[in-house]
Amino acid sequence: MKVKLIWALFIAYILFACARLDFTWDRFALGLHQGAIFIGRLFPPHVLQPESMIKGLQESVEIAILASFLGVVLSLPLGILAARNLMPAWVTWIARGFIALCRSFHPLIIAIIFVKAIGFGALAGILTLVVASMGFIGKLFAEAIEEISIKQVEAVRATGAPFFSVLDYGVFPQVMERFVGFVTYQIDSNLRNSTMVGIVGAGGIGGTLFAAYQRFDYDFVCAILLAIIAMIICGELIAKWVRILLVGRKTRAEMA
Amino acid sequence: MAEAHAHLIIRNLFKEYVPNKPVLKDINLEVNASGLVAIIGPSGTGKSTLIRCINRLVEPTQGSIDFYGKNIVTLSSGALRKVRREIGMVFQEYNLVERLTVMENILSGRLGYVSAINAWLRRYPAADIERAYELLDLIGLHGFENQRADSLSGGQRQRVGIARSIMQSPRLLLADEPTSSLDPKTSVEIMQLLKDLGERLGIPVLVNMHDVELAKRFAVRIIGMSDGKIVYDDSPKNLSDHILQEIYGGEDWLQ
Repeated sequence: MKVKLIWALFIAYILFACARLDFTWDRFALGLHQGAIFIGRLFPPHVLQPESMIKGLQESVEIAILASFLGVVLSLPLGILAARNLMPAWVTWIARGFIALCRSFHPLIIAIIFVKAIGFGALAGILTLVVASMGFIGKLFAEAIEEISIKQVEAVRATGAPFFSVLDYGVFPQVMERFVGFVTYQIDSNLRNSTMVGIVGAGGIGGTLFAAYQRFDYDFVCAILLAIIAMIICGELIAKWVRILLVGRKTRAEMA
Repeated sequence: MAEAHAHLIIRNLFKEYVPNKPVLKDINLEVNASGLVAIIGPSGTGKSTLIRCINRLVEPTQGSIDFYGKNIVTLSSGALRKVRREIGMVFQEYNLVERLTVMENILSGRLGYVSAINAWLRRYPAADIERAYELLDLIGLHGFENQRADSLSGGQRQRVGIARSIMQSPRLLLADEPTSSLDPKTSVEIMQLLKDLGERLGIPVLVNMHDVELAKRFAVRIIGMSDGKIVYDDSPKNLSDHILQEIYGGEDWLQ
């Protein structure tokens, strides 16, 4: 009885929302027509302003790399502070609260905040992606640490090792592989997002793209989109290669 | 007067994991001489808790643990680290760092003496590395130094665990059920190794165990625990069936 009522309410709400948002077939057909014109104007792609496009792409890559580096460096201690099996409860609450804050907004919203706070340009974009990286890696790293075998940690502690050595020998060997996985994933994600933050003025190719849209230079838009696809594929290949390089190695001793 | 020379003096030790439900009830114990001391008793009677209170992997609730004149119970965390360096520990499940090599595991016994940065760079003093290779030979794992710990068998792992504890140059060796995960033959070998090393270094070895026969065979002194209390503390030869009944309860298992 209850289940039926919930379904009835749900369907009623769907119909209500469709009506309110003009989510109808007629509207869709109209859109299709518009879309066909748009796609026609995308081709053939044409690089209208090569310098602006190349500069934008370079800036996006730089934003992504710098943000990933800073994000990783900061999320390491953040993840450790948030791990409930290593830290006192009050410390983990503060760290977890900060991680939750980093994760609560979409990067676009954070980018707007930074642009308003510190002005247009790449710095705002970098800070945006640093925040996104800390939220993602910090959370997953803390969870990975919480799943480790505490026995190994206990044994290292029992030798009288200082705290950093306990981390180095007892904790890191158990989580390093996963950490590298999170980092390469985040670099990938930062590369994608670095093409987007420019739309709100936080640097990168997004600014060029948005300007081209606004001028209705759709052939240039197409060229930029193709360039972004190429960049993302390159990024993925490099990330894959880095992952194999790092996870492929077993221990530092075997490297030496 | 013997007390003044005792290596380890435990006085009125209580441990409660849950308030008012003590696991250890007024433990008093002195360990003076070198030699292997076996602690026997049924599961859940606090043997492991007692061993872990000594190096404070478990925090005692009440009482004192005097180790060469220092009360371990009241030490600050820095001073505790210094004392832990002098107390080697061997675990039931070996507790090796699985993803590190045998050599890194053995050298990790020196972590209390080597600075964190040097340990991170794997820069150990030459004397430590030499000692580690000696121990590797001694435990019969010559040539295994670059193998990952997770590629070893149980017996091999426990040998590495023992080598790690000996690397600490301990003044006391604790072993928490060191043979409970091993087959009977390997168990005997591990007990022999612990006994020999204790004698060679002239330090007491405190071992928790289930196997009464093994305890009788290797220990110079047996401590029987029951319900969180010490009910027997004497040489193995006075350990009669009657006393074993008192420790473990019932008698069917003695047949």
